[in-house]
Amino acid sequence: MIDRSTLYIVIPALALGTYLIRFSFLGTLGNRPLPAWLTRALKFTAVAILPALVAPGVFWPAATNGQTDPARLTAAIVTLAVGIATRNTLAAITAGAVALYAMLALF
Amino acid sequence: MSPVRSAYFRGLRASLPFTVVAIPFGMLFGVVSTEAGLHVWETMVFTIAVFAGASQFAAIQTMQEQAPVVIVLLTALAVNLRMLMYSVALAPHFGTTPLWLRAVMSYFLVDQTFATTIVEVEKNPRLTQSEKVAFFFGTVTPIVPAWFAAALAGAIVGRAVPPEWALDFALPITFLGMVAPMLRSLPHVAAAATGIALSLALAWMPFGTGLLVAASIAMTVGALLDAWTEARK
Repeated sequence: MIDRSTLYIVIPALALGTYLIRFSFLGTLGNRPLPAWLTRALKFTAVAILPALVAPGVFWPAATNGQTDPARLTAAIVTLAVGIATRNTLAAITAGAVALYAMLALF
Repeated sequence: MSPVRSAYFRGLRASLPFTVVAIPFGMLFGVVSTEAGLHVWETMVFTIAVFAGASQFAAIQTMQEQAPVVIVLLTALAVNLRMLMYSVALAPHFGTTPLWLRAVMSYFLVDQTFATTIVEVEKNPRLTQSEKVAFFFGTVTPIVPAWFAAALAGAIVGRAVPPEWALDFALPITFLGMVAPMLRSLPHVAAAATGIALSLALAWMPFGTGLLVAASIAMTVGALLDAWTEARK
């Protein structure tokens, strides 16, 4: 269960922080370019964070009390493989879901 | 049709395919958020105030782990840092647009509106300022109501979803599906692999702080490899 006092700080603070990120250069017309190293690092935020965020849940799902689950692991691998092969997010997600339900139905 | 009108409709058409993807993603957020114990109105305030799907998921997940506010915010804002690039990239194209309009545009600056607008303005450097603005709001038009309505629908059906649907796994599949097409180069693959390996190795750290360490090192690995491959060319 999510603590309400946390939630009610997180929502406005995240909203404000996210807005300021978006407004930063567009709003101030900062024509100073970002330092090259920062631009370079920012290109990697999504690939660095999103898979890392879900990795523990892939290997140790809460739904199976932390036991590695063949169905969920297979679904994750299929999603990645199809995504890399087709370069299509929707195809990857669909394939992952099909793999998950097929495995859950079989075992 | 006036050039401004036609720019608006070009923008609208350009973002339609992205809208199709945003609908299931928005519904999923509504469902996950309800399952995490948020009321429908809380989910909607969250969605409308923040308007950044991936970071909303990240915040829900870290809050469920009872992480302190600072860690929740750091993780979720880190997910949104990429938008700094978007803001940098668009700024030179909207130099004479009034401030209030740029302030409104900033709220609507998301992956889909950025990706479509930057392609258009770079492809057609002779567009007028009004045409560029019209194009941008064209891209906003289908995606925003679709995202809000999808989140609302998800939040309303949330509790009715039985556990056999294994919705716990919808988020991992969604994030992996979003990232897989980006794995186009060695630095991207290395960054993703480092992030995954370290996040598993550091899972013992409290309140998802291991994730922050893992992601920081993964970004550094990606950037260093990127600089190295570029230097070799």
